[in-house]
Amino acid sequence: MSTSVDQKKEVSTEVGDGAGGFAILFFLLGLVASLIVGWVAFPKLLYSQKNQPIDFNHELHIGLVDEGCESCHFFREDGTYSGVPKLEQCIGCHEEVQGQSKDEAVFVEQYVKPGREVPWFIYAKQPECVFFSHVAHVKAGGMDCVTCHGHIGESSSLKVYEENRITGYSRDIWGKNISGIKTNTYDRMKMDDCSECHVKKGVNQSSVQTGKGACFVCHK
Amino acid sequence: MKVSRRTFLSIGSFIVGGAAGTALSPLPWKLTDDLSIWTQNWPWTPKPERGDVSYVNSVCTLCPGGCGLSVRKVNDRAVKIEGMKGHPVNDGGICILGLSGLQLLYGPTRVKTPLKRVGERGQGKFKKISWDEALAEAAEKLGALRAEGKSHTVACISGSAGGTVPQLLKRLLTAYGSPNFMSVPTMQDAYAVTLKQMHGIDACPGFDVENADFVLSFGSGIIEGWGSPVRMFKANSAWQDKKIKVVQIESNKSNTAAKAAKWIPARPGSEGVLALGIAHVMLRDGLYKKEACDGAAGFEDFKKWVADNYAPENIAAATGIQKETVESLAKEFAAAASPIALCGRGQGRTPGSQYEFMAVHALNMLAGNINKAGGVQIIPEPKYIAWTEPELDEIAQKGTASPRIDGAGSETYPHAKSLLNRLPQAILTAEGASPVQALLISEANPCYTLSDTQAVKKAFAKIPFVVSFSSYMDESAQNADIILPNHACLERLEDVPTFAGLSKPVIGLSKPVIKPQFDTKHTGDAVIALAKALGDKIAAAFPWESYEACLKETLGDKWEILNEKCFVAAEENIEAPLQFFTQECKTVSAEGDEKQYPFVLMPYDSIRLANGFIGNTPFLTKTVPDTVLKKNEMLVAVNPKSACGDSLSLKEGRSVMLTTPKGSAKVRVHLSEEIMPGVIAVPRGLGHTAYDKYLAGKGVNCNELIGPAEDAGSGLDAVWGIRAKLSNVSI
Ligand code: SF4
Repeated sequence: MSTSVDQKKEVSTEVGDGAGGFAILFFLLGLVASLIVGWVAFPKLLYSQKNQPIDFNHELHIGLVDEGCESCHFFREDGTYSGVPKLEQCIGCHEEVQGQSKDEAVFVEQYVKPGREVPWFIYAKQPECVFFSHVAHVKAGGMDCVTCHGHIGESSSLKVYEENRITGYSRDIWGKNISGIKTNTYDRMKMDDCSECHVKKGVNQSSVQTGKGACFVCHK
Repeated sequence: MKVSRRTFLSIGSFIVGGAAGTALSPLPWKLTDDLSIWTQNWPWTPKPERGDVSYVNSVCTLCPGGCGLSVRKVNDRAVKIEGMKGHPVNDGGICILGLSGLQLLYGPTRVKTPLKRVGERGQGKFKKISWDEALAEAAEKLGALRAEGKSHTVACISGSAGGTVPQLLKRLLTAYGSPNFMSVPTMQDAYAVTLKQMHGIDACPGFDVENADFVLSFGSGIIEGWGSPVRMFKANSAWQDKKIKVVQIESNKSNTAAKAAKWIPARPGSEGVLALGIAHVMLRDGLYKKEACDGAAGFEDFKKWVADNYAPENIAAATGIQKETVESLAKEFAAAASPIALCGRGQGRTPGSQYEFMAVHALNMLAGNINKAGGVQIIPEPKYIAWTEPELDEIAQKGTASPRIDGAGSETYPHAKSLLNRLPQAILTAEGASPVQALLISEANPCYTLSDTQAVKKAFAKIPFVVSFSSYMDESAQNADIILPNHACLERLEDVPTFAGLSKPVIGLSKPVIKPQFDTKHTGDAVIALAKALGDKIAAAFPWESYEACLKETLGDKWEILNEKCFVAAEENIEAPLQFFTQECKTVSAEGDEKQYPFVLMPYDSIRLANGFIGNTPFLTKTVPDTVLKKNEMLVAVNPKSACGDSLSLKEGRSVMLTTPKGSAKVRVHLSEEIMPGVIAVPRGLGHTAYDKYLAGKGVNCNELIGPAEDAGSGLDAVWGIRAKLSNVSI
């Protein structure tokens, strides 16, 4: 009697030990592999990298113009905003090639001379369903450019434009940090970021349904 | 292959680990977000093009409300309609119909070119023709009738009587030689007759609801679309905030009744009697404003008459309301500083009983609120259209002197300006040829909105020549011989005099927001062109080059400010002496035999159902609950306690046959405690057969089931219901 009981015990311990160890090992393997996929591979796969058609040096230009950012990014008389400058604004200085840079030569030859607008990729372009008015934020709300756009005005070259392969929008909307955590106001520009500020400033908090900012403020 | 326990565990652990790791990574959350954005970018999802954004101010013409609009455009396309901030009618507010007006502008129901009928009447078969051909054909037909001395057989039905376009149509008829200009009657007409009889003047009522502190509504759908809908919604919210008491007298628990402080379900049709019961208590107890009433014309007779006939205990049987309720209601009404009594059933799109209007207006007079803050304002009709009278040739003189087909203004109906409801019968009962040989229809859809639509269609079939100016392929356009499509709302310039019960009426200017998209023509221009084609004195009566020139000249110094602000104030209120009356307040009863038809069918109005010339937008239809419309089937509301005989049991959703003396229709039953037992509540605004696939074939048109009930006082349609029965559907 006692023998058979012992034998059984032996067998069961043997199986238990081996399988448990494997289970933990494979669990860890699965965990690590998926963490790598999720944190490292996924963002790489999700975004395609695109270079702007030509490079642009904000730092250099800001030193040359009189009115800071407003020299090129200005409000038209009717209150609309010239977000991405048109050739018209560049032509004044760039009718002829200035300086030595390769991008400058390309700009003048391929765009200025044939009168073709530069197809810039827009980092801050919001989805189609969003109505955004610069004048409401800058003039009425008294905000500065940096709050949303960061220190782009101090950069000496344009960063790579990362396009979300699924949505087609810029990575800057979700933010560089794939986990969506932000440290600066300009790190990301999703709906929550807009509404965070809208709530703080008490923008039309009149939606009866949600008790929050009215949807129609931005979704017209 | 046999999977060992070890392998199984390993794979399992790997999967569990993988799942745990995935959940700890941003992948699932980010992917969910991205996929939802991806769905917004499907190629068939409509989105406005990117482009220059602008706003154009205008005025809504989709209902008589006259709201100011601010329309957002991207390039040349209108993309969003909003209420205009600072506009005296709606101050930034908008209703769901106005909000979704773009679906009418860009939807498939537009008539895109002039059309000429090729199939049978009502078949909807048309061929495209040019404007020259269309106008020439219309002018030729009208010219021929005139030459035969039949100018008085031409009639016109216009959606309203105010504004330059209806007035141009009226002028065309006058210069041509016909007295038969008719407008679609509403509660405004019943009020006009009331004010004529009780103040002796031609005027419109304004209700200063913003300053009233007690509101007694005799079935007015305050939040169902009565008056100017957005303004009434705002007033209602303000009353709730200020704790102002609203008492709703209505047989069914409408939204207005549900939101009111008190709901008094009086028997349908007995509202006028109840009003006089309240007047009785006020007079008996000396609760009326003596300084306003004593010495007024007819007051002593009125007092005696009401004392003799309308004691609360004597009217309890007719109204179903206990004596105590009437007594306390009268005391509350009289005790308020600025009480106001309103009437006009539902949205007030059908006129209603003259005596009921007079009885309710008498309450306002007794409360001394005429021309007082919070009371009823007596406002003269707008006078800005001051054209010189057209010179009439012999035919026109003879034609305009002949009696009107609808009897308005005759000895029997001295106060009514037009009685469209009498037209179908006049045609059907006439011996020989139809008394109407040609009919022009503008901004109206009589084949859908008039009571007893079957009879209306039969009458129309007898009219040899029908011209429609409709922008949409509605039921009446479908029954026309020629369609001369107008530009749609937001495509055309037009003055919009807005009374709609406003205490301070305005004249609005509806400005074009976008260019006309199709080969349409402003009805004003079409009328001028017709007049020019008819020649001689008719042409001479229209000296303007275009409608715009006419409007500009008409508005004179108002033109500039209207262009800038889209509104100017209309007339101020005028002094109005009181005249009491002593006619017996006859209740208008529902047609049909009580034994054969145990129920009473009552149409009800809803802000979610446009029931006039303008039909529902797809967006509006989406807001209709499935207790009213389920797929394409209409539900009628019935109280579960209603007795309906042994052979039929009422069950939620059950298909039944609804029959009235006018017709029958298959409907489904919705059981609701909010309906008075014995009443069948039928939504108004469904059952279109024309327009497009979004509107046609949904439910039943209640006007097919009810007949007109001519009011003995005014001749206007006072129908509020009809007797009906429910039976099993034969399979
Ligand atoms: S209430 Fe009438 S006028 Fe005002 S927005 Fe609605 S439909 Fe237009």
